[in-house]
Amino acid sequence: MSLLQLLLYLILFPLITALFMLVSRKDPGLKAIIQLSACAICIVSFLVLLFGFDKGTLIFSMDPDPVSQIMFFIELVLAAYILYLGIRHRKSVTVFLILVQACLLLWFELGFSENLHIGNNLFLDQFSIIMALIIGIIGSLICVYAVGYMETYHHHHTEIRDRRNLFFGILFIFLSAMFGLVFSNNLLWVFFFWEITTICSFLLIGYSQSEEATNNSFLALSMNLLGGVAFMAALIYLVILDPAGQLLGLNFLISSGKAVALVPAVLICFAGITKAALMPFSSWLVGAMVAPTPVSALLHSSTMVKAGVYMIVRFAPVLSGTTEGLIIALVGGTTFALASFIAISQNNAKKVLAYSTIANLGLIVACAGVGTYNLMWVAILLIIFHAIAKSLMFLCVGTVEHRIGSRNIEDMGGLIVRMPKLAIMMFIGMAGMFLAPFGMVISKWAAIEAFITAPFGLIFIAILAFGGSATVFFWSKWMGKIISVMRDEPVIEDTVKKEKWVVLYILTALVVIVCLIFPLISSILIEPFILNIYGQTARLSQANLSIMLMMLCLLLIMPFSLLFYRKGAHYAPPYMGGRPVEGHMRFSGSMGVTRELVLSNYYLTGLFGEERLFMVGTSLCWALLLFAGILLAGVIL
Amino acid sequence: MTYLKKSPWLLHYDASSCNGCDIEVLAALTPLYDIERFGIINTGNPKHADIFLVTGGVNAQNKQVLINTYEQIPEPKVVIAIGICATSGGIYRECYNILGGIDKVIPVDVYVPGCAARPESIIDGVVTALGILEQKRLAMKTKTGIKMVRTGDAQ
Amino acid sequence: MLGASSLCRYPPGRGDPVIPEYLVPVIGAVLYLLLAPIAGGLIAGIDRKVTARMQGRVGPPLLQPFYDVAKLFEKENLVVTASQNFFVLSYLVFMAVAGALFFSGGDMLLVIFAFTLSHIFLVLGAYASYSPYSHIGAERELLQIIAYEPMIILTAVGMYMVTRSFFVSAMVTSDIPVILYLPGVFIGYLIVLTIKLRKSPFDLSTSHHAHQELVKGVTTDFGGPNLGKIEIAHWYEYVFLLGVVWLFFAWNPVIAVAAIIIAYFLEILIDNTFARVKWQLMIRSAWIIAGTLGLVNLGVLYYLRMVGIP
Repeated sequence: MSLLQLLLYLILFPLITALFMLVSRKDPGLKAIIQLSACAICIVSFLVLLFGFDKGTLIFSMDPDPVSQIMFFIELVLAAYILYLGIRHRKSVTVFLILVQACLLLWFELGFSENLHIGNNLFLDQFSIIMALIIGIIGSLICVYAVGYMETYHHHHTEIRDRRNLFFGILFIFLSAMFGLVFSNNLLWVFFFWEITTICSFLLIGYSQSEEATNNSFLALSMNLLGGVAFMAALIYLVILDPAGQLLGLNFLISSGKAVALVPAVLICFAGITKAALMPFSSWLVGAMVAPTPVSALLHSSTMVKAGVYMIVRFAPVLSGTTEGLIIALVGGTTFALASFIAISQNNAKKVLAYSTIANLGLIVACAGVGTYNLMWVAILLIIFHAIAKSLMFLCVGTVEHRIGSRNIEDMGGLIVRMPKLAIMMFIGMAGMFLAPFGMVISKWAAIEAFITAPFGLIFIAILAFGGSATVFFWSKWMGKIISVMRDEPVIEDTVKKEKWVVLYILTALVVIVCLIFPLISSILIEPFILNIYGQTARLSQANLSIMLMMLCLLLIMPFSLLFYRKGAHYAPPYMGGRPVEGHMRFSGSMGVTRELVLSNYYLTGLFGEERLFMVGTSLCWALLLFAGILLAGVIL
Repeated sequence: MTYLKKSPWLLHYDASSCNGCDIEVLAALTPLYDIERFGIINTGNPKHADIFLVTGGVNAQNKQVLINTYEQIPEPKVVIAIGICATSGGIYRECYNILGGIDKVIPVDVYVPGCAARPESIIDGVVTALGILEQKRLAMKTKTGIKMVRTGDAQ
Repeated sequence: MLGASSLCRYPPGRGDPVIPEYLVPVIGAVLYLLLAPIAGGLIAGIDRKVTARMQGRVGPPLLQPFYDVAKLFEKENLVVTASQNFFVLSYLVFMAVAGALFFSGGDMLLVIFAFTLSHIFLVLGAYASYSPYSHIGAERELLQIIAYEPMIILTAVGMYMVTRSFFVSAMVTSDIPVILYLPGVFIGYLIVLTIKLRKSPFDLSTSHHAHQELVKGVTTDFGGPNLGKIEIAHWYEYVFLLGVVWLFFAWNPVIAVAAIIIAYFLEILIDNTFARVKWQLMIRSAWIIAGTLGLVNLGVLYYLRMVGIP
């Protein structure tokens, strides 16, 4: 089987599964089909890795017609559909943006498409392999998880119309679009898949059809459409510059150098900023948390938003050393700092995860915007580690939410007694997000060491230092909440289905394993990729690597001390001023009244309140973007 | 030789005392007497304490608190009853609410009578308690386990 | 006695054929692991003696901290939950590992992250028990961590900018008078040193015995051997913190020792003079004052580098 066949399989096979979902009715065999498809996608992704890792950059030439024509047709149909929905729900911004985008599309197609001769439409390099693995492994795991999740979801929410077939159909279409995005060399195709992911996100956020969900889905749609307009503008600019369409090949464009590629790069990066929900566009991601948890895990933390940063990281060589690149990096850095601060004041678990995602995406963009070779290494590492740990966290929070009926962190107290296995998995997931020697800390460490040699790096180091400590705070207090031991609580996790356990176990193991083998990933995939682009590559020194491995092994051995300690310890109640305490921290207070102790985390809303910091972030980032726009206009004219 | 003698940490509890003995206990901490030169520290936390200084006769309301606090002190520990109220109820012995002497509630090792007990007597009592503490520690080393006195339900 | 870093230092220009080069980090680490508790305990003892004299008292004997820890290990292991043992043991182990990494000449940033890891274990141990005192103590400890972490990272970055390396071995053997380039960073470091040494006004989460507010804050529900281990971990930490002060004066050991003594004496003086402040003031001082001093210092250095002044 040739690599091209594998790539086409990954793009087309999920579509077949999706079609199956959409046409069949509620069928008990559906679960088996989803599980089998997920396995198939996962295996083929591994095959792509196996056959493709040592081949460097492969470009596949194939005739773009009739695929391009079909894409154009689908785009028009979807535009009409969105126009109809926008008018029906009276969303003027959406209507305006889709009209603008449709006009640009028509102008492009009618004005320029005859002269286009683009042969190199698909390609594969190490970065695409990494993205494909993330989509293939994490995506398929989440789809398997979603089966059990949606069953419980509809069991709890009987008022929501059961459109599960549509749900899974769109999930698989989304997977197909993501594969298409990372394998496409033709920017027109990238744009097509980009917009498909926008539509999938829109439909999935609005799944519950409540008023809040509909509003939030249109918010997401408008912001992503704004990015789409910018993307379209970049395409038109490129085709005016070179009517034959050679510049529409991603590979060729990036290697053409800054003079040619800067303007479209900045426009596409703007589209990436909207898709990755950086400030000032972060509100759509926070609002998207109303969707069912698998949607949040798949689209809004590991894959779709990664598509946004994927494009920005691709253009990093073009942005490096330019003022526009620095501005984009500052947008990312500001987002990182402010989103981390806002996360401190949130007690809704999914909102905390959303802000943490936004913050990490901001950090990736900050690295990509400055764009030196070692920062690009850091950015790709961040993408990998974040995708795994964050999807684990979302899935755990989804399972916990179904058992305890709440998303509030304050209700998760004592989870280690009520749901021990889940609490430990959450513990590992959170540790993976901020504790040494897990992945994110490795990335932060490498980022500081990389920024220090980059121009204006001091600003970013300051942002990393302050934002990084904010992340320590909100993760630690959540960790503390779930490991506090309240005795005599019943264990409620036995009702979780087996498939969900399998998925959760695999993801937890992945968090640890990827940490252990990341030097391997780096030397096989990341370093050759960067070497190819920059001529030099980054790696962590051997001594540091061995120390971190030692620490990780120590960390994994330490919990075994618990077995040793259980025997020698004598138990006493916690100190409550001597008050006798029973069960759920009930104590007899003054006047003989029995009171219950309630302990809550600090949220520091005075310092880190959402509204105030959000306003600061949005204004700062709008100012930065406008400045970049002015500079860009200067370049064009 | 145990190190308990070199670093005994106190916990001071007022079980319905008139505060006379309490003031004398705290006076022992001041620079005039400075018991920190013996390594003695007044902790406020039973889990850190070795010596339990109790003043006042116990009443029904703080009986359970006294028991709880006593049980949260890790072994080996000694209890010193400071003042005549803690020893036997003192002048409040006949009151309806006073149980009369803390040894009605928890085991006591040293009694320091007086009303109020003077700092010199208190220090003397603590030094006596240190010897008892050392004996308990040596006994603990040879025993295989300590039985915890479990508290009853809250009243 | 103050840290084994002096043994990592070999004067430039004189080769040292006796100890092979790859063994020096190992020796540094081993010496730290064995000697730092002794050094730290003596520092704690000196601290209590000087404090007592400042208060007009005689004070405990110099070896009192050792007696305290020995006594604590003689008590029974009384816990609220068995997981506390695990958290405290991890705190001690990773504290020792982080300090050993520093004294073996490792990467300064990794040392900082390893220290954060060990502190998180202490916080988790306090959270595990569900007593209101240890809970609030844990929250305050987290606030302390986020207060000092940016400044410590800026210290490491400043060291890099002067000595061109993140490795402690390079910082220790460098000839450059670091303090002349990093005065602002040094003052910022002293401010967060007050937080790390748990001295008033920044001893919010737990403190010496005479300064209680939340009973004992973070360490309320730890008894017996656990408390002993926490104390030993604190000793390891003292040696590391004073080692960082050494780095600012590494080019001249005599001045470095004097600086350490003066800095620590200053901390004791501040401890006895100021009352505890609320967390808002602590975060403000640490972030705004220390951050400004540190960032302005580094910014000036950066600018000078750019225009070509070494």
